[in-house]
Amino acid sequence: MPIQDLIGKELPPFEMPIERGKIKEFAEAIGDDNLLYHDPAYAQRSPFGGILPPPTFTATKAFWRTGGTNAEIAGLDNRFVLHGEEEYEYIAPILTGDVLTCKARISDAYEKAGKRGGKMIFVIFEFSFQNQRGEKVLVSRSTAIQTGGVVKD
Amino acid sequence: MEKKVLYFEDVREGDEAPPVVMADITRTQIVKYAGASGDFNPIHHDELYAIRAGNDRVFAMGMMTVGFLSHMITDWVGDGNLRKYRVRFATRVWPGDTVTCKGKVTKKYTADGKNYIEADVFAENQRGEKAVIGAMVAELLSKKGK
Repeated sequence: MPIQDLIGKELPPFEMPIERGKIKEFAEAIGDDNLLYHDPAYAQRSPFGGILPPPTFTATKAFWRTGGTNAEIAGLDNRFVLHGEEEYEYIAPILTGDVLTCKARISDAYEKAGKRGGKMIFVIFEFSFQNQRGEKVLVSRSTAIQTGGVVKD
Repeated sequence: MEKKVLYFEDVREGDEAPPVVMADITRTQIVKYAGASGDFNPIHHDELYAIRAGNDRVFAMGMMTVGFLSHMITDWVGDGNLRKYRVRFATRVWPGDTVTCKGKVTKKYTADGKNYIEADVFAENQRGEKAVIGAMVAELLSKKGK
């Protein structure tokens, strides 16, 4: 199958609740002691009125999505897949207590010749999140790259 | 604890962000990020698996460093102000590395009555090799109350 045929392929939609405990755990894992992620009283007094997730928190969608990893969905060889790029557009605030719904699809897929020979495959996954009021809050894009073999830095 | 607000008027192109340093990354930190994010690719926590796959040892998920870098950005531009953030992955981060997150303003402008800054951002290791290279756009408050 030509790699371009992946373009437009939809991933199973999923729900993702935004939970205080998960935010604290994630903030600690990135070494961020911002009180807005940890202290409900502080967050309550902030202009946001509650605990916010850090900018890359939607990485935790791994726990909610179904249908396999990006590599599996695109039929890539997981041994040789790298995470090439990641991109976020922040459209509206996300707060603890929100329940997001995510629709995802493959927005682009192409092949390029590798610098050191061989063929490289690029697949871009787009995740579009809306909240329980139907407002679009965040779009993220993730680029997976399949190389010709094990990569050395 | 009140945070210092970064106002649009106080920013100049070329300004640098206060860096955020994550010293001596441990396997424990990597495992914490695995548990928090749900990235259980064994190449990041199972030393034998990582070695058999051709690596010297386990290495950090790229997204962990993207998280470190976001910490630098939100401390700098303020909470809730980030509008766009994109990164690409360059070299890997290994246990024992010290990661320093930096940023530099490349542009400031007003569009549709809103005030924006753009910056190059990156995370580098103790040898000055860039692990994550990216850019961001933030919307800042004006002292004029907008």
